[in-house]
Amino acid sequence: MGSGPGEHLHVEGATLLHRMPAHVKLVGMVAFVLAVVAVPSPAHVVLAGLLVLAVGLVLATRVPARHVLPRLAVETPFAVFAVVLPFVAVGPRVQVGPVSVSQTGLTAAVALLLKGTTGVLAAIAFAVTTPPRDLVRALQHLRVPDPLVLIASFMVRYVDVVADQLRRMKVARASRGFSARSVRAWPVLAAGTGALFIRSYERGERVHLAMVSRGWSGRMPMTSPLEATGRDWAAGLAPALVAALAAATVMMVS
Amino acid sequence: MTTPVLDLRGVAYAYPGGHQALFGVDLHVHPGERVALLGPNGAGKTTLVLHLNGVLSPGAGSVAVSGLPVTEENLLEVRRRVGIVFQDPDDQLFMPTVRDDVAFGPANLGLRGAELDARVLEALEAVGVADLADRAPHHLSFGQRRRVAIATVLAMRPEILVLDEPSSNLDPASRRELADILRGLEVTILMVTHDLPYAVELCERSVVLSEGTVVADGGTRELLADGDLMARHRLELPVGFSI
Repeated sequence: MGSGPGEHLHVEGATLLHRMPAHVKLVGMVAFVLAVVAVPSPAHVVLAGLLVLAVGLVLATRVPARHVLPRLAVETPFAVFAVVLPFVAVGPRVQVGPVSVSQTGLTAAVALLLKGTTGVLAAIAFAVTTPPRDLVRALQHLRVPDPLVLIASFMVRYVDVVADQLRRMKVARASRGFSARSVRAWPVLAAGTGALFIRSYERGERVHLAMVSRGWSGRMPMTSPLEATGRDWAAGLAPALVAALAAATVMMVS
Repeated sequence: MTTPVLDLRGVAYAYPGGHQALFGVDLHVHPGERVALLGPNGAGKTTLVLHLNGVLSPGAGSVAVSGLPVTEENLLEVRRRVGIVFQDPDDQLFMPTVRDDVAFGPANLGLRGAELDARVLEALEAVGVADLADRAPHHLSFGQRRRVAIATVLAMRPEILVLDEPSSNLDPASRRELADILRGLEVTILMVTHDLPYAVELCERSVVLSEGTVVADGGTRELLADGDLMARHRLELPVGFSI
C-alpha cells in the first residue's frame, strides 16, 4: 500500500519547527512569502539575504538534503521563465559576456529566481515538519470555510484509495493484453478515467451517507483544537518580520 | 412488555425513479436481541437499513426507535440511537486518523475535551484496537478497518448496532475475532448478511426479506432448516455445512 503525497513530504522529527503549532507555522510561512515578494526587485542583495534565511529554516528542520532537493523541482517552470526573460524583455541593453540582454529583464530574472527559491524553501520547511492531519486542523483553526477544509481532508484520506483503484484498473487492463502504445489506446484510457471519476463520485455519495448517519449536520466539529502560546507566535512570525522590515527598508531607501 | 428498539409498521418505499423496493415491512427488534436480516440480492435489505436512521423516509408506514418516531425533528437523536456500520470501511472512515474518525460522531453530539477523549478510548477498547488511535485508516489491515468502523458507531453509544455484511472480505481468523467482539458487546444488533453460518453463530433470531416483504421471522436454526423456504428465496448454506 502506498502513502499519500503528504506523507512523502512529512518527515518525523523533534526540532523547533516540528514542535511549533501548525496554524502558527502556516501563518508565518504565508506572511514570510508575501513579505519576500514585496521586496522591490532591484534589491538583489537583500533578496539573497532572505534566501539565506530560508535555507537556514530548511536546515533547522534537520531533514536530509536528498529529501529536500528533489522538491525544488516544482520551481522549474519559473526558472525556465527567468532564464528566457532577459532575452525577450525590452528596454536598455547590457553586455553580459558575448550576448546583449535587457537590463530590466536581467534584474527581474535574478529577482524572480531569488524570490521563487526562497518561497519554495519556506514551503518545504513547512511541509516537511507538518503532518497532513495537522495541516487540515490548522486550516480549520484559521477559520477557512468548512467545505474547503473538508475537501483538503478528504484528499488526504482518499488519495491512496483512488490511486489503488487506478492501479487495479491498470492491472486488469494489462491482464487482458492491453498496452498503451499508440493513439489508438487513448479511448480506452479515457474510458478508464471516466470510470474512475464515476467510482469516486459514488464513493463520495457513500461517504456522505456515512457522515449523515453519524449525525453530521453540515458543520465540521473541531475535535482537537490547536493551542499556541505567545512565544510560539513570536517564533513563527520572526522570519516574516525580518522579511517585512527588509522590504520596508528597501522601499524607504530607494 | 418492553418498548421495541426498532418498531417498523407497514414500511413501504419506492425510489424516485419509480422502482418499488419495500412493500409494507413489519419488523420489531427488542432490547438485547441479536437479529440477522437475510435475503437475496435486491431484496431491499439496504433500503430497509437506510430507513432505520431516517436517511430514507417511508412512503407509507412508520419507523420508531425505542418509541421515538423517526421524523425530521428527531433526526439527530435517532442517528445517535441507531448506529449503522456500512459494508466498505473506506466509506465509513473518512477522517485523516482513527482518533478523529471515532470522535466525529460524539463531537456531532456536542462532546468536547476530556469527555470526548474518554468516549473515543472506550469505543476503541470495546473492539480491541485502542493502540491504533493515531494511525491513518489507509495504513490499517482490512480487519482492523472493519473494527474501527464499528468503534466509530459505538462511540455514539447507540441502542442498536446495524451491521451491513460484517463478515464480508474478512479472512477466517478476522471473521472469528469479529464474532467474539460482537458477542461481547452489550448492545442490540441487527445484522444484514449473506453469510448464513455467521447468522447461525451470532443470532438466535432471523428475519428473511424477499422482494420487499418479510417472508419469514423466527429462530435462525429453524429457518435455515426449512429447505423449501430457503430455496424459494435464493438462500443457501455453504456446501458441507449442516445445522
